[in-house]
Amino acid sequence: MIQCKTSKEIGGMGHSVKRKEDNRFVTGTGHYVDDVKLKGMLHMDIIRSPYAYAKIKSIDSSAAMAVDGVVAVITGKDLEQYNLHWMPTLMSDTQMVLPTDTVMHQGQEVAAVIAKDRQTARDARELIVVDYDVMKAVINPFKALDADAPLLRPDKEGQKDNQAWHWEVGDKDATEKVFNEADVVVKEQMHIPRIHVASIETCGCVADYNKIDNHLTMHMTTQAPHAIRTVIALVAGHVGLTEEKIRVISPDIGGGFGGKVPVFPGYVIAIAASFLIGKPVKWIEDRSDNLTNSFARDYHITAEMAGTKDGKILATRMKVLADHGYTDGAANPSKFPTGMFSIGTGSYDYPTAFMEADAIYTNKPPGGVAYRCSFRVTEAVHAIERITDRYALEIGKDPAALRFDNFIKKDQFPYHSPTGWEYDSGDYHAGLELAMKAVEYDKLRAEQVEKRKKGELMGIGLSTFTEIVGAGPSKDFDILGIKMFDSAEIRVHPTGKAIARFGTKSQGQGHETTYAQIIAEELGIPSSDITVEEGDTDSAPYGLGTYASRSTPTAGAAAAIAARKLRDKARKLAAYLLEVSEDDLEWEPGKFSVKGAPEKSKTIQELVFASYTNHPQGMEAGFEATHYYDPPNLTFPSGAYICVVDIDPDTFEIKVRRFVAIDDAGHIINPMVAQGQVHGGLTQGLAPAMYEEIIYDEDGNALNGTLMDYLVPTAVESPSWETGHTVTPSPHHPIGAKGIGESPTVGAPPAIANAIVDALKPYGITHMDIPITPAKIFEELKKRGLLDTDIRTA
Amino acid sequence: MIPASFDYSAPSSLDEALKLLNEIGDEAKILAGGHSLIPMMKLRFAEPEHLIDLSNVPGLSHVNFEGGHLKIGAMTKEVDMEDSAEVAAKFPIFQDAAKLIADPQVRNFGTIGGNLAHGDAANDQPAVMIALNASIDIAGLEGTKTVSIDDFFYGFYSTAVEEGEILTEISIPIPTGKFGNAYTKIERKVGDYATAGVAVQLEIDASGTCTAAGIGLTNVNPTPLRAERSQEALVGTKLDEAAIEAAGQCAYEDCNPSSDLRGSEDYKRRVVKAITKKMIKKALERAHA
Amino acid sequence: MKKSITLKLNGEEHSAEVEPRTLLVHFIREQMDMTGTHIGCDTSSCGACTILIDGKSAKSCTILAVQANGKEITTVEGLATSEGVHPIQEGFKENHGLQCGFCTPGMMLRAVEMLEKNPNPTEEEIRWGISGNLCRCTGYNNIVKSIQYAGAKMRGEELPSTEPVFVE
Repeated sequence: MIQCKTSKEIGGMGHSVKRKEDNRFVTGTGHYVDDVKLKGMLHMDIIRSPYAYAKIKSIDSSAAMAVDGVVAVITGKDLEQYNLHWMPTLMSDTQMVLPTDTVMHQGQEVAAVIAKDRQTARDARELIVVDYDVMKAVINPFKALDADAPLLRPDKEGQKDNQAWHWEVGDKDATEKVFNEADVVVKEQMHIPRIHVASIETCGCVADYNKIDNHLTMHMTTQAPHAIRTVIALVAGHVGLTEEKIRVISPDIGGGFGGKVPVFPGYVIAIAASFLIGKPVKWIEDRSDNLTNSFARDYHITAEMAGTKDGKILATRMKVLADHGYTDGAANPSKFPTGMFSIGTGSYDYPTAFMEADAIYTNKPPGGVAYRCSFRVTEAVHAIERITDRYALEIGKDPAALRFDNFIKKDQFPYHSPTGWEYDSGDYHAGLELAMKAVEYDKLRAEQVEKRKKGELMGIGLSTFTEIVGAGPSKDFDILGIKMFDSAEIRVHPTGKAIARFGTKSQGQGHETTYAQIIAEELGIPSSDITVEEGDTDSAPYGLGTYASRSTPTAGAAAAIAARKLRDKARKLAAYLLEVSEDDLEWEPGKFSVKGAPEKSKTIQELVFASYTNHPQGMEAGFEATHYYDPPNLTFPSGAYICVVDIDPDTFEIKVRRFVAIDDAGHIINPMVAQGQVHGGLTQGLAPAMYEEIIYDEDGNALNGTLMDYLVPTAVESPSWETGHTVTPSPHHPIGAKGIGESPTVGAPPAIANAIVDALKPYGITHMDIPITPAKIFEELKKRGLLDTDIRTA
Repeated sequence: MIPASFDYSAPSSLDEALKLLNEIGDEAKILAGGHSLIPMMKLRFAEPEHLIDLSNVPGLSHVNFEGGHLKIGAMTKEVDMEDSAEVAAKFPIFQDAAKLIADPQVRNFGTIGGNLAHGDAANDQPAVMIALNASIDIAGLEGTKTVSIDDFFYGFYSTAVEEGEILTEISIPIPTGKFGNAYTKIERKVGDYATAGVAVQLEIDASGTCTAAGIGLTNVNPTPLRAERSQEALVGTKLDEAAIEAAGQCAYEDCNPSSDLRGSEDYKRRVVKAITKKMIKKALERAHA
Repeated sequence: MKKSITLKLNGEEHSAEVEPRTLLVHFIREQMDMTGTHIGCDTSSCGACTILIDGKSAKSCTILAVQANGKEITTVEGLATSEGVHPIQEGFKENHGLQCGFCTPGMMLRAVEMLEKNPNPTEEEIRWGISGNLCRCTGYNNIVKSIQYAGAKMRGEELPSTEPVFVE
């Protein structure tokens, strides 16, 4: 199905080229931030609040300062002198770097100790005495707007209550009319829980401020080094750290998934510490701090669908209560406060929809950082895919048949959704057909009928989702005003070997291999001859980073266009050297030849060499091109996923028996790497569907802040994923690619939830909130009084 | 995560270890595999001033069949029980349990003695030892005392190993007739502590009548729990469905779980009943094999 | 209060003075300057710090450096020989068994011990065998494949295909 235009030696698009970066990773020579060791480097540890909401009466650091090897203790009062105690979030909200008087969530940074080594810093941390005046915290977002709720953000001008913002899209009145008149209306209340990406490497940095040159080098775990440099300049420009004095280096990153996009207080404190002390300062986050100081999701959604009795969807309505913690720390570069939530009309063709959201401040950590998804797409897809199943259940129609009847058809693209998006391309029918064939859907349904007769619990769940990635067109997307383009710079050396630099930053996606393949595709230079570099703001062109499946849609496009600029130059050189007109030349990967005289040709390597040694007069020497790509539209990958579960009727343990995922991400650059992305994304979709959730008690204490209780799936929980693809190229993307890293995380949870709810269908269960656990199934059945009758008793 | 400072000794005899332990007093802690203690020290939930590492003490790491008993040295690693074909032949329950204890790396270093002496009802070996009617040898300066497993667990993190004493050996009687044993637990994911766990050993005579039963429960009581009424429900029966159901029901009623992130009290009771019945059947199958 | 220890690290003998509380992983990374062994959690849950002690896979964040006195330690830096990379390294590279690479050293060392004990494990055995090592990137499919490949290579058998397999 995937056809290659280049030979295996060239290794362009479609080849499963083995990854270049792996040589260092398998030999232990990767270079992660905690591996950075600088002369005179100090270590920072952070003391955090045990309370969710409290006044700080005093901080006594005298005992800590008396410890041999302690260099400094930094508090909010210290930062206040430099006006560095608050910083902007990426959503133009504000967040404390260190508090001067009030802590707003458990685990919030209160003070930092800087010492000669990590042991000393850790010991001194124990000796800092903070006197708190504990206040009643606002934890339940549904109570945050009660009259007696304290105003959590009096620091914000004009803030009268705990509502952060309101947003809506679609036609409210028209939607209401359809709902009033529809034969069938279904409604479910859903919670998409607070979760954390839990990359195996936590966050960290080494801030290295050099007083002599007034220059900061920041080694840090960031997915967006350029944007971070600009943010640092905006925050610290007034103390002399202007943008040319800052170099951000993002070394190898041990997993990002959106968790390494924001600017966390720890980074800023480390910078301040290095600035004040004049020595490099290292800060590496503990796992518990990592898990409990930022989060993704936490959307309470009321989803409704209106339709006909025979299964035609007429309208949807969604109302969201978004728990943002004490500040909107979302890593969302769109002009929409809910990000891409408005993709929630899904893969279905109907004209009417309305969505609204209210964001609420609570005494929880700032949210919502992404979890391998394009800004709230997962929440939206979960809501539409669950409510679609709910509708199918209501009218007694097979959920696959219902989907087929409502899919946007292949010839309807570009499709204008009722919430304002223009879907670029898709073939939803083909994807679902392939998935059903692979899983043998009809056989499974027959098996299910037999199993149900015996009281066995088996479920089949579908998810046929549309993703929205590649942020994004400059009209809708920016970070603090900087538009969401991305960049590529290709420099080909005289011998025909190249280096290419990008504004993105791989955290495991394999850019060193795949970007080289895109250039190889366009220029015919073997991908093995192309070195790819990212992550150093001193050398790479400006870009907005890697998240939201945007690297291929933006920087990948920039690579192709920059390479095409070079091919145009090569054509001119070939015409000159072969003494023919440009029109008489034919291109095949790696060489130009004269039409009708194929023996007269020049390889790309010869042409590159000529650009340094024998270029025509008037032509600029060298072989170098740069492109900044501002995408005309987003790309809309899609997928058809089918999950089969078996549930133990005694203990309700859930086993994912099979999971077939058919993705359509347009043209695939490297099938092996793309499949790896899908595998990983599926396990990160399984995780919130069945295992992961950060749970708070009523006082705002996180109850599961370690990997012992925050349940990241192992190889045993993960099924053996079965994956495939259909190929519907994006018409507006230079190489027809769409981005794939996050689709599986977006699409898998509703497939799993739908399968589990399907297994429990005989017992009247129509919805369960994720993560769906055996214990939760028990409670649902108990609530219905079914445990001793309908369900086989233990 | 870094533990608070402490001093460290690795004595080369049990006497030396006991002397040191008694000299230092309650500020000293015994270090066996360290896989329960060191995480607590890293989180600074435990801050002992002195660790006494037993790894150089000879005679504490063995798995022997002698005098009608299986003798297990306290420093025997979980993995040694898991890998021993001899143990598996008579006590496959140890393989059942080992597979579910933490993960392979932890089992390479975690010790049987440590798993018991930690006094945590969430650990798996206590229930197994209850089912197998183990007795525990504890050495002190005055000599060695032997404590029945039923007298071993005092409370949360508290056992019959008193200040100045060291757990040295576990002794398990080998039934003379036909017998079988089995363990399982329900966990939220691999490596988790048990939502509930059940260990069963059954002895049967030639007619198939149950002559003795041992049933231990994991993590459904402040201390590891012997399901006495469940045992009684089996002894003297032919282990038919009714007897097994009765034993399961007794376990359901007699366990004392608390609601937490692993599930509600009611859910845990249901799990206890389900896996009690399942493990009885498995132990019976093994007894006949 | 420092203690003297002597141990073999990747075949080379080292003597050092360590504080008793120094974790083995910190000793290896900071005193021995071998940074291939990683730290991913505080609770022995993730396995990123897995090394071999006398051939047994161990979580070096839960073992004190003093406990390694007299032992032989292998880290990822000690896997390759002058003959080339270890079959497990080849397996992971050829089968896309890694993405960000952070869990990879621990995962490989765990697999090395598994394959020593059980040269031809089933998929089920492999999955249980690596259940103490978390990977957040790969979804484990290709890690299983990498270990199967390394097993075949170590057994001297024909190597399985490394091409990705798709539902058609």
